[in-house]
Amino acid sequence: MSSKGIRDRVAVVGMGCTQFGERWSSSAEDLLVDAAGEVFDTTPVAREDVDAYWLGTLGSGQSGLTLSKALALDYKPVTRVENYCATGSEAFRNACYAVASGAYDRVMAIGVEKLKDSGFSGLLRADPPGDGTAAELNLTAPAAFSLLDPAYCARYAVDPADMRSAMTHVAWKNHANGARNPKAQFRSGVTKDKIEHAPKVAGRLGVFDCSGVSDGAAAALIVRAEDALDYTDRPMYVKGLSLAAGPALGAADGDYDYTTFPEVVRSARDAFAQAGITDPRHEISLAEVHDCFTPTELVLMEDFGFAERGQAWKDILDGAFELEGRLPVNPDGGLKSFGHPVGASGLRMLYECWLQFRGQAGERQLTDPRLALTHNLGGRPGSCVSFVSVVGAELG
Amino acid sequence: MSALVGYAAYLPRHRLSDMGKRVVASFDEDSTTMGVEAAAALLRAHPAQPGSLYFATTSPAYFDKTNASAIHAALALPPTTFAADLAGSARSGLAAWRAAKAAGGLAVLADVRTGRPGSGDERGGGDGAVALLFGDPGDAIAEVLAEHSLSAELLDRWRKPGDPAGGQWEERFGLEVYLPLLKQSAADALAEAGLAAADHVVVVSPNSGVRKQAARLFPGATSSPVGHAGAADFALGLADVLDRADAGETVLVLSAADGCDAIVLRATERLPRARQARPVAEQLADGLDVPYLTYLAWRGWLEREPPRRPEPDLPAAPPSARSAGWKFAFTGSACGRCGFVHLPPQRVCKKCGSVDEMSPRSLASTPGTVATYTVDRLAFSPSPPLIEAVVDFDGGGRYTLEVADALPDDLKVGARVGLSFRRLFTAGGVHNYFWKARL
Repeated sequence: MSSKGIRDRVAVVGMGCTQFGERWSSSAEDLLVDAAGEVFDTTPVAREDVDAYWLGTLGSGQSGLTLSKALALDYKPVTRVENYCATGSEAFRNACYAVASGAYDRVMAIGVEKLKDSGFSGLLRADPPGDGTAAELNLTAPAAFSLLDPAYCARYAVDPADMRSAMTHVAWKNHANGARNPKAQFRSGVTKDKIEHAPKVAGRLGVFDCSGVSDGAAAALIVRAEDALDYTDRPMYVKGLSLAAGPALGAADGDYDYTTFPEVVRSARDAFAQAGITDPRHEISLAEVHDCFTPTELVLMEDFGFAERGQAWKDILDGAFELEGRLPVNPDGGLKSFGHPVGASGLRMLYECWLQFRGQAGERQLTDPRLALTHNLGGRPGSCVSFVSVVGAELG
Repeated sequence: MSALVGYAAYLPRHRLSDMGKRVVASFDEDSTTMGVEAAAALLRAHPAQPGSLYFATTSPAYFDKTNASAIHAALALPPTTFAADLAGSARSGLAAWRAAKAAGGLAVLADVRTGRPGSGDERGGGDGAVALLFGDPGDAIAEVLAEHSLSAELLDRWRKPGDPAGGQWEERFGLEVYLPLLKQSAADALAEAGLAAADHVVVVSPNSGVRKQAARLFPGATSSPVGHAGAADFALGLADVLDRADAGETVLVLSAADGCDAIVLRATERLPRARQARPVAEQLADGLDVPYLTYLAWRGWLEREPPRRPEPDLPAAPPSARSAGWKFAFTGSACGRCGFVHLPPQRVCKKCGSVDEMSPRSLASTPGTVATYTVDRLAFSPSPPLIEAVVDFDGGGRYTLEVADALPDDLKVGARVGLSFRRLFTAGGVHNYFWKARL
């Protein structure tokens, strides 16, 4: 895969993110108004100054009307995008390209999800009528990702107890990070004992191995890089954007062993090439990755090259990806404790990079971050889409 | 006239241990799926394309829609094979026997027998299926020496359509009516066969009194091996005898159901090498205990709290018709250029990208290996938790399948599995038939 990329051609100059969580008293419209409102309140840009909008939502509305009605937009173009759990990132990617093309000067990418109105646990699917044979129809997301656990243990001869400890460590770390984040769904640390002995959801995954089912919205204002300083003194520059939709080969091919996401490897390679990154483990200051379930984060560390194959479980236990570690991963708490309102999540990841670059990350502030990676995964092992972005604090 | 050339019985694995090891179909089994099990095992041992398929049951999965057509599809029989149901009572099994025998076809007899909790029917019934193949007399495993039938109208047992359990008059009333019919049928059939007595006698009946009296009436007689099995009853008794009868031995089968039917057979020299692969007794011994409360939930007598998950949508008719080969016969496609096997069938090869160079390949009887697995405690299932495995089939092809008749701790990476035709769930009155893996 090769993309020419749009390195340093567009910049984020304003962001908003609502409180994530069980927002019983807020509708999807309310969340959109609040996320967009934070952007308008913190930049010199007003609603009518935005040329076009990209709205990401998996299932909290259809068409651009979901946004144009909520914000009472003045006949502006609004594109609604959907790409499973990568929906928010996809809104951002397309919005960036619209500015890079020269078609617009100022655009907004905004994502929302209102998951807690359904009354059901976890995510719901909206599948077209079918023959009733698709495995995804029955198997829930935690079950699909729990397939990674026995496969990883078998492939690398990892003692299941060690694997369990590594998964527990991921949840423990992300909860500890989320505890320092006022907008996170879960804002308290959780003991390893509690994580390990939680009621089982699927395979060996307990409730603390799963991301938070959450309501929320997040938004980004995107302009040409050369105009960025007109809006803010600390823009966030887009270095690379990649999306890979796989042929679902892994779900059909006995050679795929459920210890990696080929889609992630491809999109990371592409995004790193666009951004001119050759040594991600040392060049990236922080990574916001798709920790939908704890074994996912573990496998992702290897897919990004942050850990050697078969070694991520050890690096995790050694603290490599903690706030004080060699490469902080999910400093904002991740999907795990910030919560996972699908359409908003990709933009929420960028929001953390934005805060970190601006020195506004409070208790979880990292020292002098320069380059950050965000990663969104949609689908399940063997059949997924993967988005990777690289963003930076400076041009060049 | 054609001859009996092969047979196979299928007993579901679950047992009610506090009810004399009562044989019970799992939540995902019905008369259609068990019929597929028996018929598929039979056709694996005796490859054939019968011109007709007669399906008999007292527990049809559908009315107005032919159940035999699902069995026909699962067996991947040609469209020219006539497939029809004979549904309603135990005697429907005999009707399927007669029709298949006349036509040289396949008789599939299957039943899920239910009774109210605590009833004699619940305790005295059994679930199972038998397939009987008729063909060239030169291939006969048993010659039919005589067939004799008497019909009688009596109110011994009945059930209103739609009712989950039926009614019976006092057992001794039916017994009084059946006794002379049994004696006369046996005498007439043996006379027609030119025999004074048969080496093996099987006496079956929906009337529990007849079953209890069988050995007293006909010394050495056996009855239904699993309890009354509806339309499959007489054939399960026959299969159990064919599992052990020696060449040249004679068998008298008596079925007292709304009259009495008698069949006299003589085992041929072929029988000892053409017995079914898994004898009834062996299947009976291979049980898996199911808690009584779980069983009650399976049969709908007890409503459990559902998970906080939406119920699945019903399988839609046009996609199900388009993919009938896949859904019912587990037929994928193999790439003509690179050989990659796709489940479900694909037009474009995922491996080499060639377009429309596929040929169909059914993996319904291909074994496979578990690549990874999980136990989904969140998913909707008629009997949670849902156990699911990624299966790599020998010779290529991978699919993620539910695992039938398994407990959460049974699975491991590398475990060997086969396939079983099951009913995944029922939504909107439509049964979602598909295949599951089975350890």
